[in-house]
Amino acid sequence: MFGAGGGTSSYSEAEDTNLIILWGSNARETHPIFFHHLLRGVRNGAMLIAVDPRRTSSAEWADVWLGIDVGSDIALANAMAREIIHHGLADKEFIARATTGYDEFERCVEQYTLERAEAETGVPAAAIQEVALAYARADRGMICWTLGITEHHNAVDNVVALINLALLTGKVGRDGCGLNPLRGQNNVQGGGDMGAIPARLPGFQDLEQPEIHEKFARAWGGAQFPHTKGWHLSEMFEAMERGELRSVYIVGENPARSEADQTRAVHLLSGLDHLVVQDIFLTQTAELAHVVLPAAAGWAESEGTVTNSERRVQRVRRALEPPAGARDDVDIICDLARRLGCDWGHPTAEQVWDECRTLSPMHAGMKYSRLDELGGIQWPCPDESHPGTQFLHARLWKDPVEGPRAPFHAVEHDPPVDRLTEEFPIRLTTGRRLDSFNTGVQTGGYTSPLRKGEAVLISAEDGKRLGIADGERVRASSRRGSVEVDVRYDDSLRPGLAFMTLHFPDQVSTNVLTIDATDPKSGTAEFKASAIRLDKIPVTAAT
Amino acid sequence: MDIRTTGGPATAEEMAAVDELLGEPEPAHHHLAYGGRAARGQRHLLLPVLHAIQDRAGWVSRGALEYACRRLSIPPAEAYGVVSFYARFALEPRGEVTVRTCDDIVCMLAGARVDHGSPCLGLCDRAPATLSERAGIAPGWVVTPARVPVHAVGPKLLRRVGVVDPESLDSYRDHGGVAAVLRAREMGGEAVIRQVTESRLLGRGGAAFPTGRKWESVARAPARPHYLVCNADESEPGTFKDRVLMEHDPFALVEGMAIAAFATGCEKGYIYIRDEYPLARRRVEQAIAQSRSAGLLDIEIEVRRGAGAYICGEETALFNSIEGKRGEPRNKPPFPVDIGLFGMPTLVNNVETLFNVLDIVNGEFGDTRIFCVSGHVERPGVYEVPLGTPLRSVLDMAGAGNIQAVLLGGAAGSFLTPAQLDVPLSFEGTRAIEATMGSGAVIVFDETADMKKVLLRIARFFRDESCGQCVPCRVGTKRQEEILERMFQARNSDSHGDVMLLGDIAQAMRDASICGLGQTAANAIASGLTQLKVLNG
Repeated sequence: MFGAGGGTSSYSEAEDTNLIILWGSNARETHPIFFHHLLRGVRNGAMLIAVDPRRTSSAEWADVWLGIDVGSDIALANAMAREIIHHGLADKEFIARATTGYDEFERCVEQYTLERAEAETGVPAAAIQEVALAYARADRGMICWTLGITEHHNAVDNVVALINLALLTGKVGRDGCGLNPLRGQNNVQGGGDMGAIPARLPGFQDLEQPEIHEKFARAWGGAQFPHTKGWHLSEMFEAMERGELRSVYIVGENPARSEADQTRAVHLLSGLDHLVVQDIFLTQTAELAHVVLPAAAGWAESEGTVTNSERRVQRVRRALEPPAGARDDVDIICDLARRLGCDWGHPTAEQVWDECRTLSPMHAGMKYSRLDELGGIQWPCPDESHPGTQFLHARLWKDPVEGPRAPFHAVEHDPPVDRLTEEFPIRLTTGRRLDSFNTGVQTGGYTSPLRKGEAVLISAEDGKRLGIADGERVRASSRRGSVEVDVRYDDSLRPGLAFMTLHFPDQVSTNVLTIDATDPKSGTAEFKASAIRLDKIPVTAAT
Repeated sequence: MDIRTTGGPATAEEMAAVDELLGEPEPAHHHLAYGGRAARGQRHLLLPVLHAIQDRAGWVSRGALEYACRRLSIPPAEAYGVVSFYARFALEPRGEVTVRTCDDIVCMLAGARVDHGSPCLGLCDRAPATLSERAGIAPGWVVTPARVPVHAVGPKLLRRVGVVDPESLDSYRDHGGVAAVLRAREMGGEAVIRQVTESRLLGRGGAAFPTGRKWESVARAPARPHYLVCNADESEPGTFKDRVLMEHDPFALVEGMAIAAFATGCEKGYIYIRDEYPLARRRVEQAIAQSRSAGLLDIEIEVRRGAGAYICGEETALFNSIEGKRGEPRNKPPFPVDIGLFGMPTLVNNVETLFNVLDIVNGEFGDTRIFCVSGHVERPGVYEVPLGTPLRSVLDMAGAGNIQAVLLGGAAGSFLTPAQLDVPLSFEGTRAIEATMGSGAVIVFDETADMKKVLLRIARFFRDESCGQCVPCRVGTKRQEEILERMFQARNSDSHGDVMLLGDIAQAMRDASICGLGQTAANAIASGLTQLKVLNG
């Protein structure tokens, strides 16, 4: 938020806050550990509000579920903001002292009446007002979100709309308040923090700032590296399409199954001059590679650190020797460097980390021994006497505000790119389930009593209307392709809304259906909103 | 709460029974749902819902249970834990009519011989007794022997029994009712509490705690709301005085509760009446409704129906039962006056205690006590005498002869020999001979009684009724029964080792059970073994 890419709060704050909005997040199934903290908060009296097109198992725990239409988040957030302003519940003092851009924001949200929001979202106006006022009136309140916000063509705008709500009510930078994207893996946060994003160097430092670039170049022995930001994932695929990107080195990612519009993704990966895949399994992407580098598992087979959604850096320790032939990622990368003519030696994970501490101010105080002692440390931790930071942006409450003020950004509702038409009348949204993870690379190897295989979930009403029985195999088609898939009736869905996961790409290639309309700023595709059609499969006469 | 159900659907009948109680479910909205705390807050309706299902269908099917779970937002496994805790609920299909035949101590003395008999039905004055229930749209019950005139002798608390029309507020008024609550309102709450304290009334539920102190504590508790709970889960074998009071003078109970609620600032009241007392339940419900519409009762009082669990007479188990949970006692402290029902300050009083309050407020307090005399006597019934009256006078009133032993205080009490019958019926008097008045049960055994069978019945009672929460009680009550069986079957006289073992078990249960059930489960048996000639040789 406002320059730092991490959740602002600690998990423990979810336990004693007054109100939690889960917005586009089925944390009950996709972030079960965080959900335990959240449930403790609920038991301690916090009100829980779920905003989600589906009535998910998380939503069933909520005091209020707002079942918005897919992609109408900004309309909802802006209308909530308008209600808050009109009821005199905006934190005017905080806004005046710690933020910028309020006037334009107010002009923008003024257009989002309750009536308009009801028309865009499907949620009754009275409920929108109720939730807006509850959030504004709560002493402490947090907003948590996941891919329901970010897997849209206007992902960044969606996030901004939520940030606006927190700024409007002064619900950031205080204990029990905050804005928290929940991370899908134990180290999504750490990957970004270490510079695995196009514009940043380790410590979330801006690559394009000359003094930063120079600091790193000096530390790395005068190394030459670009002065401008690189491509994010979607841009890489566009570059492949243009023929500009011919060689790719993929570490621990399975884009042949996880990318939207999978047919195109596989086609592009197959056409590369050189593809190297480094992974712990022979994934579908690895099968397309010219060279596969078998890696040790980041969990249990190697040393290092991970960083979770509350910015806590924690040690990971080796408990097992990796299988013969599989090597630590650091080892592989250093060996590769050596073959390319740079001798980086044979550093241990701790030596790599200590180098990072000298370059990244927010990690500077995190010696291994301190990580052990304190059970992990939350960044920023600028020196070895610093205890770590429970929540971010306390600076906004200092008088005068320390550092830059937090900006409002006016954002407008913009519906999903893949329009619903008579030909494609059903809104397909995708997500995950408790028992499986992403493309199944890490979960396909074990069984679960909950797992029923892939299916397209629809409401019983739709099933009856289309003459499709529960369990019947149908053809699901979008503007991009079609797959055969079993139908399952599900109570969490309303007519016109369908749900699939990408857990079983070998059974059903869900991403053949999804659209790769991508947010230009985040590079994330609109997995959450495709338009599809379900057709009965004609019975062929026996011959 | 996300609830996963795996059973089949409920029948239309079962769903109708649940919906009649809870109201029709909200039609599903495609874009909005309310739930969460509001839905989970209905948990306390679980037992009423289970009763509705069982009354309609005769048993609780899995489909019906899961429908109830969805309506009340309770995980099915949790609800199963509750439904299987209470003896009343059947989880297997049953016929339309269920007959419960009492084979507890008094009915056994009267000749009841059945295989899976019921624990005491509180009908000891007409033993042997049965309670039949018919499920259906209009569920009903029948008691046998059919109603016989109650034998009640008493100057104060029992004075209206058999005299007043228990279904008429006017009749109650004509017989001196209603005066106390009006007087209490004039005096103000503090003065009422002072009067109760000065009367030195001790609670009649068995623990004999000073009632005034309890009232003061609740009145002063800062947390809100305050709850008033009347404990009418009279389940001690041989005890039926609360049933007589509720069946024959229900307006007095409601008036007592109105005064208690007024004095201690309770916003809501419950009367928890044991399942086996359908008539009492009906009469009390009528009395509440009439008192409410006559402006004599300021708060809402809900009658809650037990479900066949002796342990729910323990006050904290009773709270859990009202809250829709298994009737397992809680640790004390915290005490109910601070953290009771729904975690709020709660005043719990027994039926007889609340009856005394009327006389206190009217300035007519007599400090009498009601005893339930049954077994080998000519006139089984309820006898009200001043505290300190010798037991022998009560026995004479009821017509007892050839006495072999008396069980005073029910299954949790102790046996007295013919030599001890002059004991004064007071807290100090009984304590002096290591006995207790307990619930006021007086069961008389003449020379014909087989005391071994009586002891075995008591042992079986505790084994059945232990809630199972504390290991010493759960295992100890079972071992106690096994050892008794072994001792009574042995031909040889050497039972010294077993007596020692019973002593050890009794000690462990006393020391390490959190509630009175485990702490007293060995008392009657220990006193029986020392006082009665039941062991060979």
